[in-house]
This record gives sequence, C-alpha cells and structure tokens, in this order.
Amino acid sequence: MRERPASPEDLGEIVLEVNNIEVVYHDVIQVLRGVSLKVPGGRITALLGPNGAGKTTTLRAISGLLKPEYGKVTDGRILYRGEDLANRGPEEIVRLGIVQVPEGRHVFKHLTVEENLKVGSYIHYGRTVREDLERIYHYFPRLYELRNKLAGYTSGGEQQMLAIGRALMARPKLLLLDEPSLGLAPLLVREIFEIVRQINAEEGVTVLVVEQNARVALAAADYGYIMEQGRIVLEGDADYLEQNPDVREFYLGVAKSGGRKSFKEVKAYKRRKRFM
Amino acid sequence: MSYLLQLLVSGLVVGSIYALAALGFVLIYKASRVINFAHGQFIAVGAFTVYALVVYLKLNVWLAFAAAILFTALVAYLVEKLFLKPLVGQPIISVIMVTIGLASLLDGLIHLTPFGGGNFSLPRFLPEGGVSFLGVSVSYPQLLAVVLTALFLAGFGWFFQRSTLGAAMRAVADDQMAAMSLGVSVEHVFALAWAAAGITAAAAGFIVGTVSGINLESLVAIGLKVFPAVILGGLDSIPGAVVGGIVIGVLENLATGYLDPLVPGGGTADVFPFVVLLLVLWFKPHGLFGTEEIERV
Repeated sequence: MRERPASPEDLGEIVLEVNNIEVVYHDVIQVLRGVSLKVPGGRITALLGPNGAGKTTTLRAISGLLKPEYGKVTDGRILYRGEDLANRGPEEIVRLGIVQVPEGRHVFKHLTVEENLKVGSYIHYGRTVREDLERIYHYFPRLYELRNKLAGYTSGGEQQMLAIGRALMARPKLLLLDEPSLGLAPLLVREIFEIVRQINAEEGVTVLVVEQNARVALAAADYGYIMEQGRIVLEGDADYLEQNPDVREFYLGVAKSGGRKSFKEVKAYKRRKRFM
Repeated sequence: MSYLLQLLVSGLVVGSIYALAALGFVLIYKASRVINFAHGQFIAVGAFTVYALVVYLKLNVWLAFAAAILFTALVAYLVEKLFLKPLVGQPIISVIMVTIGLASLLDGLIHLTPFGGGNFSLPRFLPEGGVSFLGVSVSYPQLLAVVLTALFLAGFGWFFQRSTLGAAMRAVADDQMAAMSLGVSVEHVFALAWAAAGITAAAAGFIVGTVSGINLESLVAIGLKVFPAVILGGLDSIPGAVVGGIVIGVLENLATGYLDPLVPGGGTADVFPFVVLLLVLWFKPHGLFGTEEIERV
C-alpha cells in the first residue's frame, strides 16, 4: 500500500471546489459541518459514506436543489469555474452546465420515455432535441425500444437509465449522480456504471457520484471522498482508497486476513471505533 | 327525432362553452394542483373586454377578441405573480382559499365598471340564419361556438403533446423537484398555466357573447359549472375537460327537453347532470379520463 494518495489536482484541472460549507435545514438542523472537496475535470469522483452522512445534502448544495427542501448553505463557498454557486437557484445552475440526477430516479411517471427526455432539453428550448435523442439512444438502446411507453411502467433499472439520459439531454459539463445503484440488481448496477464510464470517456463529462455501494463506485471512479457525520474523513485516488485498511474493512467488507467479513462484525467494530 | 337532434345540437353548443371553461380550470389544476374558484370571473373579464372594445371603441369584433385574449391572459398572469407566487410551498388549501377571495375581489372590481349589473349583448356581426342538416337548423353563432372551441382545444392539445414547453408543464405537474433538477422554472410554468387559462376564459366569454347575452352572474355561474364537468372528465385531463364539458351541456339540454315537462316547476337541468356525475364516480372515482396513480408492483 502506498503511503500517500494522489491529490485531485494530479488528475486534472479542478472544475468544482466545495470549500468548507455548512448546510442547515429549516434554519435549525445542521447537516454539513465544514465539507471541502475538489472535483477534477473530465474524471469520475465518488463521494462515499453511510446513510445520513450528508452526501445527498452536499450534492444538493451544489445543484441548488437545497431550497425546495428548506435547506441553506450558511457558510463556505462552492466554486465552479470561478463562480460561487452557494444558494443559487437550480435553473441558473443547470444553465451553467451542472445537472443532478436525483436519488430515487424521479422520472416523470405520466410522460412517455421520449417526453421525459424532451423535458431534459428544456434549457435549450428543445432546439437540440433531435440530435441529442440520437446520442442518448446510442448510450441506452433500451430507452429507444421503450420510447413510447409511459415512464411509470418501466423497471427500476430502465428508470435509472432514463433519469441519466434525461439529465444528459441538458448537455451538462458536470453530472451529479445521487445513488444510481439504489434498489437495483447488482448486474444492472454494473451495467449502469459501465455506461457512466463510457459517457465520461467519450464526452468528457465530469462526474460526481454519491454512492453507498463503495465497491462499484470505487471500481468506476478515479478519485474518492469518504464522508461520515457531515464531514469528509478520508480522501484519495480510487486505488489508494481500495487499498486502505479502514475502507476495506468498513466499506468493502473485507477482513484484514483478506476474506469476506460478516456484516454484523463490521458494524460492531465500527461502532466501537467511533466512540473511541 | 329532429327534436332530439335539436336538443343535442344546442347541448353541444353549451357544452363547448363548458369545455373551454373547464380546459382553463384543468390547466391550472394540472400544473399546480390549485382549484381556481375565480375562473368564472376570468370568463367575465374576457367577455366584457370584448364588449367594451366593440361597443365603446368601435373595434372590429375579431380584433377585440384578440385583444381580450391578451388582456385576460395578462390579468391571469398578474394574479398568479401577485397573489399566488408568494404562496408556493404553502398548504394547497390556503392557496384555494386565496382563489375564493380573489373571486370576490374580481367581482367587486367588475361592479365598479358599468358591467356590474344588467344584460349586455354584442352587436350582431354574423349573418342571419344558419345552416341546416338532417332537419336541424344550426345558427351561425352556434356554428362559430363549436368551431372556435374545436380550434382552441386542438391548439392546446398540440401544445401539450408536442412542444417541449408543453412537456415541461406536464413534467412539473408530475414531479416538481425532478423538473427543477433539469432547469425548468416552476414559477414560470405556473404563471404560464394561469396565462393559458386566461386565454381559454376569454374565448369562453367571447363565445357566450356571440350565442347569447352576457351578464356577470351567468358568466360567474359558468365558472362553477366547470366543477361537474372536470370531476366527470377527471380533474387533470385535457380530453376529460372537453368530454366532461360537452356531456354536461348535452345532459342539461336533454333534461330540459324531456324531464322538465314531467316535473312540476321544471329546473331538472340543474340537477340531472349531477345525478349522472354521481353514477360515473361510483365506477370511475378518478373521473372518465383522470390520471390513476401509477403503482409498480
């Protein structure tokens, strides 16, 4: 194992810099306590951590979707190519080229698959629909087959593909994915991450992905952050994190001996360690 | 036979007016889940604007109609911006109460103009007579009512099914957060929905003016007639608004024609549509075309 991880700067020009932000919901509930992270351009960055760590809140702070949830960035800055995004509205942020795929997919159930995609090109007034539809169907041939079906009647995996495709219709430069693996079969999860990698490689879209499934996310990502209780506790390039004994133990479920560890054991040990 | 056909035709004409009124109501409900109790007042604004422009300013009827559409859309748009936008995120029942207040406010404002009481009729601008087929005569104003309604419904249908903005409006109705995540401005969509409702209200008001006289009370009553129409058709369905409106109009006329002679005092037209409505809701609680919740199992 290497002593020191690579820094995000080593991987590429930093396009997004979250600088020591604090987020409060309903004016009283503080969720983020000084989160800082850097996202290198043209790469896939993973933000990992357990339930309730503040991963989704971090994404929402970036995409501007905190407001509808009565959340606010009370301190710190979010710099995207030199512009501060903190507390700006989502419409403005989407126009700057940052699009979030919400957790739980949130497809428009009563619209057809193709209409869902059309809405994705709203900020371009629908002028780019024709060519972009082809692009999306190239990455997700399944969506082409389903194009006239109501989105509400498609499967979970298909809805996740649709949610990602819909976001790509807005032509983002930075794509924020919130738990794309949620509720999907392992094979589908791998397929979706494969496509995300492909999109990242072919279109140069920078990706910031929030995941609980650390194994899949680190396999696809170039760089990773680990968040616990509203703070970043560990960061490094994906290889470094995969080799890190704590990450292996807590997030990848691998015992020191190298074998698989029972989930029960991992949990008990983790709890003890936190209190110390 | 020709008596029945005659009743059906006049029912279709009245139903067209209800359909247009119901369409505006559905547009607002679909986008924002707001039940607009002031819709009849918007219809009145449209109708009296046409009248004022034609009678006082001697404007061409069609020009006046176009101007009334713009004016009513503007009024509805401003109403949304001034009174409803600050309430976004508040419980929907508060917003509905605001529309009831709004109805009183608009009523009061209309009473300040010469149109508060009495009957008004647009100067005749269509030729006398009409066309007849199958022994039924249809006057030109009646024909105009049906044709105009069809044109407006086709236009809005195209807009919602084909255009990106229309799809975005339906998307907001489906999932506001997801629509926002794609850069759709929910505020903008709400205001547009109100403006569109204003357009249909002006059209409904104009058609009432061409087929009969206009007075504030009966125009406001049309705003309430949309309730059975949209509940029958399904609160959030555009085709439902059309079918519901026409069905209610036809049922009213059939009741007047066939049931009134049997009932001392008459007035069955006001009751009969509701009886049918109850029967339909028994079997289709979301209305004929209303959105049923999509649930994956």
